[in-house]
Amino acid sequence: MSAVLRAEDLVRTLPGELPVTLVNGVSLEFERGEFACIMGPSGSGKSSLLYLLGLLDVPSAGRVWLDGEDCSGFDEEQMTDARLAKIGFVFQYHFLLAEFTVLDNVLLPMRKLGRLAADAAAQRGQQLLDDFGIGEQARKLPHQLSGGQRQRVAIARALANDPPVILADEPTGNLDSAASANVRQILGGLARQMGKTVIAVTHDGNFASGADRRIGLVDGRIDMNWRPA
Amino acid sequence: MDYTLHIAAAHLTSRKRQTLVSLTGVVLGVAFFLAVASLMQGSEKDFIRQLIDNSPHITVSDEYRGARLQPALRRWPEGAVRIAHVKPQTETRGIRGYRDKLKFLQALPGARVAPVLVGSAVLVFAGHPVGIVLSGIVPEQMAAVSVIEEKIVEGSLQALASDPNGIVIGQGLASKFQLGLRSTVSVVTADGAGRPMKVVGIFRTGNAGYDESQTFTLLKRAQVLLGQANRVNRFILQLDDADRARTLARQIEAAVGYQTTSWQEASEDILSLLVVRRIIMYSVVSAILLVASFGIFNTLSTIVLEKTRDIAILKSMGFHARDVRRIFLLEGAIIGVIGSIFGVLLGLGLMLALSRVELKVPGLSDSVHMPIWWGWDQYLLAASFAMLSCIAAAYLPARRAGGLLPVDVLRGAA
Repeated sequence: MSAVLRAEDLVRTLPGELPVTLVNGVSLEFERGEFACIMGPSGSGKSSLLYLLGLLDVPSAGRVWLDGEDCSGFDEEQMTDARLAKIGFVFQYHFLLAEFTVLDNVLLPMRKLGRLAADAAAQRGQQLLDDFGIGEQARKLPHQLSGGQRQRVAIARALANDPPVILADEPTGNLDSAASANVRQILGGLARQMGKTVIAVTHDGNFASGADRRIGLVDGRIDMNWRPA
Repeated sequence: MDYTLHIAAAHLTSRKRQTLVSLTGVVLGVAFFLAVASLMQGSEKDFIRQLIDNSPHITVSDEYRGARLQPALRRWPEGAVRIAHVKPQTETRGIRGYRDKLKFLQALPGARVAPVLVGSAVLVFAGHPVGIVLSGIVPEQMAAVSVIEEKIVEGSLQALASDPNGIVIGQGLASKFQLGLRSTVSVVTADGAGRPMKVVGIFRTGNAGYDESQTFTLLKRAQVLLGQANRVNRFILQLDDADRARTLARQIEAAVGYQTTSWQEASEDILSLLVVRRIIMYSVVSAILLVASFGIFNTLSTIVLEKTRDIAILKSMGFHARDVRRIFLLEGAIIGVIGSIFGVLLGLGLMLALSRVELKVPGLSDSVHMPIWWGWDQYLLAASFAMLSCIAAAYLPARRAGGLLPVDVLRGAA
């Protein structure tokens, strides 16, 4: 197995009169097909670490390698291109575009990347929705779906460009237990059956129990001894 | 459909009422822009057309542009020549050797020329005198350079040719003295010479002052009456292309020596006034669109605020800042395009309504319709300006949206 995503001595400090360090010297490696959960108390820097790993934020110090490429010198344009092709995001809130149909939401990243022709993209989008059991909802608007269905659409959208890495920030935070279990099953399946590297930030012990690795984070530092209360 | 256009259209339709208000602003702006511009341009072009049609394109008069130089000064223009106690020569007015000069002017391509002798006289009828301008003309040549023949309402200009004592007068003068065809009037010149003349034609130009004072007679009769035998004091030229007048006037003046004035030079003050008027007009109508652009700015700024999360998610998905900027600029452009189309339609309706309005202008005896210019250039100008205003109004919201950092929004939203 090879590291798809690697972080070395990551530091993120918010500048100001009283600088706040969100992430403090974190080094991690994630293998292809691994399902990892980052856990920790509120304010421990979990989401901030995820944003650094997902090239949404620039570290104050340290480096990130994505798919073997050192991203530390990337400008905003390169970071955006890397996110488009190699990273899929799932957030606590689904963030689907309200005016677009479910299928159009899934097609958006593909249309931006432009790797697939319109017909092929539509076929892939529909296939992804079918895979997650929401194929029949393709023409509906997001507000016509349940919370769990919307989150499945968000996962389908994250997979649209077939990225090697899926980053999820509290993906079950807004869901009931049945929907949470379903999302956990899907994300686990992405890692085990599709070989995706899935890294999820969560408070949910049940959700994390299905992961290959649980990483504790306290005050921006890795603490492998941390356990949820 | 392009994905940015798709998102832009979705944003606008999601805020129907605000979009409609912005759109209405642009539609009204373009419509009023067109109505005012077409009216102003119409009146301007109408004015210039009348100027070109009713005035000579070029006039050669019996005057010199500057004081005539002494032969010694002409011979040594750079020399230290000083001539004192010069006694000016008394000259008879009129163009010297006018027949040769007339031949030269008649040979010019694309130009028609008529010799005229203009002088002042007094027309007396039933003991009542009135000052007139008496123009001696050759009827067929005059008909070729002016519209006077078209303005004849009774008799004809050609009747002058068969009646050496004939006179053509304006309708204003005819009404003043209850004159009709074959009425006899007396024309008295400055040296007291008088001659009975018969009215053979009556014209009406609509210009009250002209219709009351201008008269025409045969050139030879005018030469006798005004005591200027074998002289004319003016050549009137009409060109196939009126725009050539300025250049040709310069060439003619260089050739014949007499002051030669083009219609542009004669009306320079009015033409520059028209430029000022055009600047004021465009400033005013542009202000309407400028106000409309504030509505667009407001709508798009609201959309940016409302769609902050969407923008953040688009950027986290891999949309560049330029894609996001493009979405909002497209929103401005969509409003601009639709607003321009409906604005042009409404503008056409306003122009049509204005063109049917009848006016009675002081100084003109006939009522006239509002002059409307239907040229395509103003539609293009109105639509271009509307587009520019809309895109400019969208620029700031677009820049703001493009500059949003997804991580800042996600942190706030989490």
